[in-house]
Amino acid sequence: MQIIEIKNLTKKFGKLTAVDSLDLTIEKGEVFGLLGPNGAGKSTTLLMLTTLIPPTSGTALVNNFDIIREPDRVRKSIGIVFQDPSSDEMLTGYENLKLHGLLYDMDAALREERIAEVLRLVDLTGRKDDMVKKYSGGMRRRLEIARGLMHHPEILFLDEPTLGLDPQTREHIWEYIRKLATEKNITIIITTHYMDEADRLCNRLAIIDRGKIAVLGSPDQLKKDLGGDIIRIRIKNFNRESLAGLDYVKDIQKDDEGASVTVRDASLHLQDVLSRTGPVESVEVRPLTLEDVFIHYTGRAIREGAPEGGWAEKAMQARLRK
Amino acid sequence: MSDLKGIYALWYREFKVFQRERSRIVASIINPILWLLIIGGGLGSVLSFGGVDYLTFLYPGILVQSLLFSAVFFGVYIVWDKKIDFLKEVLVSPMSRTSIFIGKILGGSTDTLLQSAILLLIGYAFSVTGVLAGITFSVVSVVIACIFLFVTTVGLVSIGLIIGSQMESPEGFQLISSFLIFPMFFLSGALFPIENLPGWLTPFVLLNPATYSVDGLRGTLIGLHRFNLGVDLLVISIFSLAMILIGTYAFRKIKL
Repeated sequence: MQIIEIKNLTKKFGKLTAVDSLDLTIEKGEVFGLLGPNGAGKSTTLLMLTTLIPPTSGTALVNNFDIIREPDRVRKSIGIVFQDPSSDEMLTGYENLKLHGLLYDMDAALREERIAEVLRLVDLTGRKDDMVKKYSGGMRRRLEIARGLMHHPEILFLDEPTLGLDPQTREHIWEYIRKLATEKNITIIITTHYMDEADRLCNRLAIIDRGKIAVLGSPDQLKKDLGGDIIRIRIKNFNRESLAGLDYVKDIQKDDEGASVTVRDASLHLQDVLSRTGPVESVEVRPLTLEDVFIHYTGRAIREGAPEGGWAEKAMQARLRK
Repeated sequence: MSDLKGIYALWYREFKVFQRERSRIVASIINPILWLLIIGGGLGSVLSFGGVDYLTFLYPGILVQSLLFSAVFFGVYIVWDKKIDFLKEVLVSPMSRTSIFIGKILGGSTDTLLQSAILLLIGYAFSVTGVLAGITFSVVSVVIACIFLFVTTVGLVSIGLIIGSQMESPEGFQLISSFLIFPMFFLSGALFPIENLPGWLTPFVLLNPATYSVDGLRGTLIGLHRFNLGVDLLVISIFSLAMILIGTYAFRKIKL
């Protein structure tokens, strides 16, 4: 069953086309990843799907409701955890959740029940009466995920859910996300900069570049389609022609130090590759990762670190307000 | 109205945060007292208008000043909510934008009016101890003063929210709002009678909603006024209503 159907969705900011005639269908219960370099249009797509900004043209059905004609119903069907901190740190964890319950028109009994339920889920029951400013980054993130779940949405959007968090907390949050998808059958749409995150969590993902889908598929399928292994060669003068036209070579990415060559099976073809390139400074063979898939389709590495001012930085700014 | 709980939620948040930000409350009380004691005391030794002490003359003006500064300034919190993603959390909820705007007005007005209430208490204390002479603190005058304060506050909070909804940085907000607040304050008759201003400023004085607020409060509390109290109330009611309408529109077009 389809839960999201994006039809020819376009968003222009002046001359810049942030999202360019996007078509995409997402099935119920999927964990779907949106990957792309900074400025590729992921966040803009998310903002349109959550009705926060109107599309320039095209539309989308979210839980069978049109984002342009029935934004209220769309909003009732979705939960979202934003990229930047979105809880009030002068309020306690409990108060932030209460606020959310009120915003979603829950009466007191249901509200209390759900607050207790989501607090247990993210393990924050013991800290619910502390002000959010006393929480660590990971706790605050968990609180915001809990909040996104409180009104039992059909679809949960997660914008960079583990940006800037430590490995343990990330692991913890991934566990919740998987649990939500499998046990509660919530459809989860996640944007991320972390390839390992996408690889481990997503059933399917779309790599978006310059507002268009560059490729779509399951992480395994995408890796398989591209080839098998990467041979990384360091060499003074790399000549692309020396490897051109070979049937086992899937991709060649030249850089300052040499090249990364994607081949079907490195154990069979390494000798041949080296004999064609001539003497190399060093060579390294590794299996293909999602990162390689990403580079192949977008032509650049995903930038490490935070996009436009990290989560921690924003949290600091928010603190300055007080 | 399924948005009632949401409106309450927004008010609840502002109120809780206000309660916890002691420094903001203290500053907002101390500032007007300094104005009263220093400007009022200092100029009071050489000035008097309309047959009352300058301090007495100044007191209603300072009430309006505190409204102007804290009510309009409240809009900056919208900009801060944009800096983090709290505003999106509210905008993505099923509440209508109009209800969100109403919730924000109520929150901001509560903050501002609590400060006014404290200033009224201080005024009463000064009056009893004889520091302020000639101010009528009767049930009727205080009720009328509160109506004036409330209606003015709603309009001024709306102005702040309108500016805040369109701005992306707190610095920008600061700049634009001071362009508005200072002329409104100086041309309101809060510090001196408006009759004493040069003639070419008269249109600005008459267009300034704060003028009618000062006039209404001064009329109620001291008995000194230029316009009819009904006219004063009518003008600021129209002003506030207009600001609410513009604000509702601005919130629909809010910049993220």
